[in-house]
Amino acid sequence: MVSGRKNKLLETILKNLLAWFAAALILIPVALILLNAFKGDGEAITMTLEWPKSWNWSNFSTVIEKGKLVTSFLNSLLYAGCSTILTVLLSSMAAYVFSRRRSKGMSLVYMYVVLGMVIPVNYVTLTKIMQITQLNNTWYGIVLLYTAMQTPFSVFLIYGFVSKIPVELDEAAILDGCSPIQLFIRVVFPMLKSAVITAGVLCFLNTWNEFIMPLYFLHSSEKWPMTLAVYNFFGQFEMSWNLICADVILTCLPVLILYIACQKYIVGGQTEGAVKG
Amino acid sequence: MNKAKTYPWYFAAGALLIYTVFSVIPGLIGIGYAFTDWSAYSNELHFVGLENFATVFSGKSDYLHYISNTLLFTLITTVSKTVLGLLFAVALSEGIKFKNFHRGVMYLPSVLPILVTGLTFTSILNPKVGFLNSFLRAIGLDFLAQKWLVDPKIAFGSVMAVDIWRGVGYIMTMLIVGILAIPRVYYEAVAVDGANAWQRFRYVTLPMLRQTLAVTIVLNVIYGLKVFDMVYALTNGGPGHRTEVMYTAVFKMMSKGLYAEGTTISSIMFIFMAVIGYFMVKILTKDEVVE
Repeated sequence: MVSGRKNKLLETILKNLLAWFAAALILIPVALILLNAFKGDGEAITMTLEWPKSWNWSNFSTVIEKGKLVTSFLNSLLYAGCSTILTVLLSSMAAYVFSRRRSKGMSLVYMYVVLGMVIPVNYVTLTKIMQITQLNNTWYGIVLLYTAMQTPFSVFLIYGFVSKIPVELDEAAILDGCSPIQLFIRVVFPMLKSAVITAGVLCFLNTWNEFIMPLYFLHSSEKWPMTLAVYNFFGQFEMSWNLICADVILTCLPVLILYIACQKYIVGGQTEGAVKG
Repeated sequence: MNKAKTYPWYFAAGALLIYTVFSVIPGLIGIGYAFTDWSAYSNELHFVGLENFATVFSGKSDYLHYISNTLLFTLITTVSKTVLGLLFAVALSEGIKFKNFHRGVMYLPSVLPILVTGLTFTSILNPKVGFLNSFLRAIGLDFLAQKWLVDPKIAFGSVMAVDIWRGVGYIMTMLIVGILAIPRVYYEAVAVDGANAWQRFRYVTLPMLRQTLAVTIVLNVIYGLKVFDMVYALTNGGPGHRTEVMYTAVFKMMSKGLYAEGTTISSIMFIFMAVIGYFMVKILTKDEVVE
């Protein structure tokens, strides 16, 4: 018994050591970014874990000015915000119809949409389509692209939740004289709240972090989102890691806030549609 | 109740239209263009048959190398993330102090822009002044200090390592959620039969995690085949073309005006992924069987 308890204690200590080791592996790069963002110009040719000689808060204002971050921030907010709203709205309506109809044909259409999670984008021909439709280098073009990219996963996620809402509710609402649109907006949509929030938060995160679409389809720098701005800034100030780190912090701050505020929707949200129970 | 009337098809029209126009149609017409000599240098388009595909698969060009790199990246990162994630999940699912802090930290890299992670590691992995090599030298392990992203022999390994760093926490978190959902009685039952730790893992934990594992593996395979940001930020395909993957190669062809080559590579990927995608979607949409 005594040795068993000793083993248990040893196991707990080892487990906790492993946990701290893993946390350190993640936190060291984070600490590097945080510390170096405050260093002076000569101090941060490379990133070290040394404490800054003085805390240069002015790095942030320098970056905002030189990196034109106000415009980029608003751009990112516009792209991520609009595509999130559009994606969530269109996906929940589609998922609702797919889930409720459940005919052979509808199941096929559902599979067709969900396949979008897997199939890769052909950027070469997509460029052609963007040119033909005159959406290239426009903010609404990017919003439509992001909506197209996020729709399959959102439909997939919300689909699983629709089936949990009893069909009897729909029948009662129809008997009470609801039109199909009223039924969806007043009865079904409110009950999908947690699925819709999960899909929305993930969509916002993904579009905020996305980089490849603006790289292909936004040519003028005043339309760039944060990710493209930070990449461009990195190219210009390769030796000023204090400024790059400050830029990185400003780029990540909105996602970090969202992560802390909506942790329960983000963690687990991505497999929720597939893994039930 | 008339289903067609209550749930009208046009509710799905918006999603279907946008998805079809920007995702499916480019893929399909891309296959058509793969049979032409489409480029930025000529306004005329000629049918060239299978010439582009022959170029890719003949082995004379680097294209095959980009495809094999992408597959290698997908295989290595998916297996490593899954094995490490499973190991951490089993070890850390209980008995950890400050467990919310630890889980929050482990998941953190998954919510940050991949591009930013890549840029940060270009500094950390810098051969001369980077943090990793400085650290290795400081603790007397000079011989381990490598030219991480510059040495052609290890550059691709370094890229994959950074991606594994980024992705382990995500799998770990999903698996911990799965482990905590396993009813205690199963463990108690095998304990009565005298099962040891390995047997408990092998006969209870692993089977109960099957669906979670399947889903995370599928998501990782999809990510790996489409990887761009990480490679672009760390090496942009270099040195030489050692770390080039399909999407970085397509981006370069695109900027050089080599549209036919770009669309051929994209189409090979499209067909390949549409086929395996069918099976992946089957796994994702499968209802879990209650055991």
